[in-house]
Amino acid sequence: VIRFVARENVPRWLNVAVPLASIVLAAIVAGIMLLATGHDPLTTYRDIFQKSITQPGAFSQTLVSMTPLMFTGLAAAMAFRMRLWNIGGEGQLYMGAVGASAAGLFLHGLPGPLLILVMIVTGVLAGSLWASIPGALRAYFSTNEILTTLMLNYVAANVMYYLIFDSTSYWRDLTSPSAKVFPQGKYLVPAANWPQLQLGGVAIPFGLIVALGLAAALWGMIRATRFGFEMRVLADSPAVGRYAGIKTRRKVLSLMAISGAIAGLGGASQIGDFSHVLDPRGLEQAGFGYTGIVVAALARYNPVSVVVTSFFLGMLVNAGFALQGPGFPIGLTGTMEGILLFCVLGAEIFTRYRVSIRRRHAVPAAPAAAPPAAMAAAATDGEGR
Amino acid sequence: VTGINTNIGISIVMTAILYGTPLVFAGIGELLAERSGVLNLGVEGMMLMGAVMAFLASQRIGGPNWLILLVAVLAAMAAAAVMALIHAFVTITLRANQIVSGLALTIFAGVIGLSSYIAEDNRLGGKAGKHQFTDLNLFGLKNVPVIGPILFHQSAIVYLSWLVVLAAVLYLYRTRTGLHLRSVGESPQAADAMGINVARYRYAHTLAGGALAGAGGAVFTLEIATNWIDGLTAGAGWIAIALVIFSFWRPDLLIVGAYLFGAFTSFGFDLQARGITSIPTEFWSALPYVMTVVALVLVSVGSVRRRLGTPAALGIPYVREES
Repeated sequence: VIRFVARENVPRWLNVAVPLASIVLAAIVAGIMLLATGHDPLTTYRDIFQKSITQPGAFSQTLVSMTPLMFTGLAAAMAFRMRLWNIGGEGQLYMGAVGASAAGLFLHGLPGPLLILVMIVTGVLAGSLWASIPGALRAYFSTNEILTTLMLNYVAANVMYYLIFDSTSYWRDLTSPSAKVFPQGKYLVPAANWPQLQLGGVAIPFGLIVALGLAAALWGMIRATRFGFEMRVLADSPAVGRYAGIKTRRKVLSLMAISGAIAGLGGASQIGDFSHVLDPRGLEQAGFGYTGIVVAALARYNPVSVVVTSFFLGMLVNAGFALQGPGFPIGLTGTMEGILLFCVLGAEIFTRYRVSIRRRHAVPAAPAAAPPAAMAAAATDGEGR
Repeated sequence: VTGINTNIGISIVMTAILYGTPLVFAGIGELLAERSGVLNLGVEGMMLMGAVMAFLASQRIGGPNWLILLVAVLAAMAAAAVMALIHAFVTITLRANQIVSGLALTIFAGVIGLSSYIAEDNRLGGKAGKHQFTDLNLFGLKNVPVIGPILFHQSAIVYLSWLVVLAAVLYLYRTRTGLHLRSVGESPQAADAMGINVARYRYAHTLAGGALAGAGGAVFTLEIATNWIDGLTAGAGWIAIALVIFSFWRPDLLIVGAYLFGAFTSFGFDLQARGITSIPTEFWSALPYVMTVVALVLVSVGSVRRRLGTPAALGIPYVREES
């Protein structure tokens, strides 16, 4: 019988080896799926690598894809860490984009740096207010935040669509000839475009620099502040936290607001760094909020690891855009993200438990030995094919 | 598909039932899984897998109409059950977090995942449905005023959903297995001590939940929608999960809630079909989601005092204590 025995302490190397092994496993599983549907996995993997790293300009493009994922990944990581399941990063990012584009359009006369600052502030506020709705419902009525945050994603998407497609709102372009045929948003003035840092031929978006600073700040906050300490206590045991006099309700409220603020900042970066216009379809199709959950889960909710995992998923997302077509269906990105997440999630048991194969109690030795032997035979069979 | 009836009241009820039917299937499925202690947030993904497989089957298979529809629904149920099996393996055998695994399932199978991948690989995008469920005229009674259309002029899959609800009520409250299922969800330790195989119950009901979610997805492609669009369930899977909470884990209340939310979904279409367009479409599209939040708040306010029906072991992996 195969059984899992809890480990008393986890050897350090396992924390590295198990995630690496699960990434390899994910690549194999995804490869089998590609083969089964008539695609060549090696070609696909080579294409992903070329389009996201080695081709000219590809690396800069990966940084572009990575930036929003780092924001939504950090947003999810902060909340999930305290078992506050904010899956509303998607909608909070939309609202951040709505807020930041409003500020950028309305205050178009301001000098660049000030305008960028105002955009950041409005994006943060809009995202955190939107997240505070489910935050307050959870804090005061213990309403399930998984469902409320998710429902509000759909509501936020409808708000954006209304502003651009179904109203004469401030965000909508009503003057240009093309806008009379196809509804579209107003473009921001060039002063509202966030700057880029050129570094040896690689363009680094301003938003990415902000996100890196934020990751470091959040890591410091969790490690070194009272808030971070209380957060960790509540994450480990809500009962202990309450006993120690930590105000759970206030923690839930502020953590949801922080998480929403980070996602909202991602929305502001999306407007300032990349699109320069409120584009509901583009934002909805990108699904940054949902991919952010994968980023956070792969990073095990650690803000510093989010930097690595968002880069990794940025590669995949960027390659998905670049390769779109019959050889690389759109759905492949999500499929591979899902496989990766399942493998990493499932493999975690090997860090927490030791696998022991032993004989069942009170059963004669011979029949008990049969199943493992049969399985070993089946395994070698499988390899032989 | 329901045409515009002369009586607006009846037409609202008819469309509410149509749009509520996927919620009935998926909701009962999730209810069974949760009763065994397994929270599966992958419903949206499983429904989309069911939807795409049903559509694919209905495009590719030839034969009599009823047989094609039957095979399409079975294909949807099988594909979604396979999705549920992944969740079951990761959470029951490998004891991973049910919330994260469920989210992974929705990303894996959902709008940017496998369902879209299969659709694009088979060039289903925008293709019109070839075989669709049509309304029956049961016992020739469809013209009886009011109850005629509602009770006797529905499609076979709507009648099937009523049977599923009836079966779920009988199963949960009138059978020994149903009693065991409830005990597995309430206290797996006690159930285990009684000799019930907790893991087997959890696997079986998670898979059954997946199969029903797949049937719910099939309703979209075989009756509601006329062609394939990626992500056409548009959050119905999430509303189904919320319905399980509103209905306090009871199948009889779940069907009522499903039709109520079917009405929230379709009410805007009813009005627009009648030329009432003064209220923007986005308002109607957002309505079911807003109402879900409202309903969740209402039941959470009410159930703070008394936890109405939440299986006590919901979301908690079961690990037998070593002797």
